[in-house]
Amino acid sequence: MSEEAKKEGQSVPENVAPASLTAADFAPADEKEKEYMVKMRPQTTAFKDGIRRLRKNKVAMVSFWVIVLITLCALIIPIFWPYQYEAMLGMTPGKPVDASFQNLKPMTYSATELTRIEAGEKVFPHLFGTDSSGRDYFIRVVYGTRISLAVGFFASLIVLVIGLLVGAISGYAGGKVDLVIMRIVDIIYSLPDMLMVILLATVLKQAIGDSLEGTVLARIGSNIISLFIVFALLYWVSMARLVRGQILSLREQEYVLAAQAAGAKGSWVIRKHLIPNCVSVIVISTALQIPSAIFTESYLSFLGLGVNAPMPSLGSLASDALNGITSYPYRLVIPAIVISLIVLSLNLFGDGLRDAFDPKLNG
Amino acid sequence: MKDNQQTQPLLQVKNLKQYFQLNNGFFSTQVLKAVDDISFDINKGETLGLVGESGCGKTTAGRSILQLYKPTAGEVIFDGKKIEGKATIEAYRQKATMVFQDPYSSLDPRMTVSDIIGEPLDVQNLVSNAAERRERILDLMDKVGLNSEHAARYAHEFSGGQRQRVGIARALATKPEFIVCDEPVSALDVSIQAQIINMFEQLQENMGLTYLFIAHDLLVVRHISDRIAVMYLGHLVELADTDAICDRPLHPYTRALMSAVPMPDPKVARANKRIALSGEIPSPLHAPKGCPFHTRCPHATDACKESMPELKEVESGRLVACHRALEIN
Repeated sequence: MSEEAKKEGQSVPENVAPASLTAADFAPADEKEKEYMVKMRPQTTAFKDGIRRLRKNKVAMVSFWVIVLITLCALIIPIFWPYQYEAMLGMTPGKPVDASFQNLKPMTYSATELTRIEAGEKVFPHLFGTDSSGRDYFIRVVYGTRISLAVGFFASLIVLVIGLLVGAISGYAGGKVDLVIMRIVDIIYSLPDMLMVILLATVLKQAIGDSLEGTVLARIGSNIISLFIVFALLYWVSMARLVRGQILSLREQEYVLAAQAAGAKGSWVIRKHLIPNCVSVIVISTALQIPSAIFTESYLSFLGLGVNAPMPSLGSLASDALNGITSYPYRLVIPAIVISLIVLSLNLFGDGLRDAFDPKLNG
Repeated sequence: MKDNQQTQPLLQVKNLKQYFQLNNGFFSTQVLKAVDDISFDINKGETLGLVGESGCGKTTAGRSILQLYKPTAGEVIFDGKKIEGKATIEAYRQKATMVFQDPYSSLDPRMTVSDIIGEPLDVQNLVSNAAERRERILDLMDKVGLNSEHAARYAHEFSGGQRQRVGIARALATKPEFIVCDEPVSALDVSIQAQIINMFEQLQENMGLTYLFIAHDLLVVRHISDRIAVMYLGHLVELADTDAICDRPLHPYTRALMSAVPMPDPKVARANKRIALSGEIPSPLHAPKGCPFHTRCPHATDACKESMPELKEVESGRLVACHRALEIN
């Protein structure tokens, strides 16, 4: 051991001995080295940092890909699927109803299809069977997912726009404007959510049902429109409060004063300084708003206030399935699983976004 | 000491008052007299230092002079024109700008340096195209000693001194004549302070700038100012040339202030007798009657408690607000 120590003891001073340094060691860095050193510290922004943190979060990334997968399925599958969501199989005009198409179990065929298969024809299987009207259940679930997602995204968008606008104005203007807006928000907050939604949906269904005839909106259906209006009227309040709170704290920052000293008007300050600085909070809460909108749509559809028949949504599919729950429990289970999957992964992804972009919010 | 008496003052502040309504509770409101009746002139090309304790209204005075707050009363006259109404304020914004105290909160973290510096140009539509804008921004960055490579970076990538340079470049963007420097160096460490102060002086020389230099560091103010104004509780208590006020302060408050300046030479420091003031600065919400300083003044008489002294010229170019200014000196 002593010999080893001796060896090391000798070798160490040799390595750092001043004698071994030459003039070349003190030469200024050449271009190549400089470039290397610049690369050592890449420019980062708050956004890039956030993305990096998000990528590290496995749960959030899995949720993200689940959402992407579900969305892609909902968009692409209806294009090539041989069955239509509203087509009642076995019903051809002028012929008696072929009842063998109704209430098929998953992966089974109707009597007519069986004869066609025996004749050597290829028949596309009914993955999830058919419902009581003989409609392919798989395509109905896919279509229902599409509707639910669309309602979720658009409702959140409406909430975002209204909440952002009202919150930003209220927070920036302050004083009496703020007082009035916030009292309105308080009033809307104090109304029982569920009751208001059901009442409004019922009333709006009657009110706008007829006026839609013949317009493009008729295809979407009066129920979905009234659903959007309900969202627009009721659900912006929490977003408005959130944005107002953020803006109240941001407008005290000196850079806002600096902009005002340069002659900037209110709209400039809001657009250039206040909103960019609370964008992470806004994105996060919008991401968390989507599942709640989907959930609301589902329970309204479940109560019969959602989409117009024959258009399916996950909620109305679950509601329809209640009639035959003892014989066909999978018809309730399948849409329920899809709803849970969407809501869960959106929530987890929203949480991941929050952790990545706004560590302060994480309480 | 420069001889500026003959020239027409660039900026005149006349009886400026800035009161704030405080709402405490539902119905009761209180009035906070942040700046109470101050008047002074600033000549072209000079630097007026504004000093005082924390909370005495220095910053508020600077901001209301720039019309960032609407003054409760009083006039601001810039270049012979009274600043009043939208049109004059808009023109004034181009000529009078501000450097802020905190280089961290005064730069928007979501903006690049070039956007921060270019903001006044964008807001006031002073450039017609992107190339001109870029050229002016790079020119400004060069003036304050920033590298042009830094233009695309975000403020958080810089040190405090560099950030303050960005803030100064922003203040220079509109080619102003007058800059309010609101404690521009108090958030920086001493070696950087010297760099920034020297840069202020250089810019003044090159661009013919006029400064209102707000600070609480008396050594800094003494170094950069031609004249010094001392504020106490929203009032101006003394205004005089730098040398005069530093060597022979007349107001008892100024004397206490000057005796508190830390001296780098221990011999000088020991020889100096420190005048320790008793008590705290009173809250501006409950400003004392009479002379605002009488509660802490060693020379206060009954007259001081009753009537408020006016800012009077006791010697040529020396204004003091004290009943006993001549007796006690």
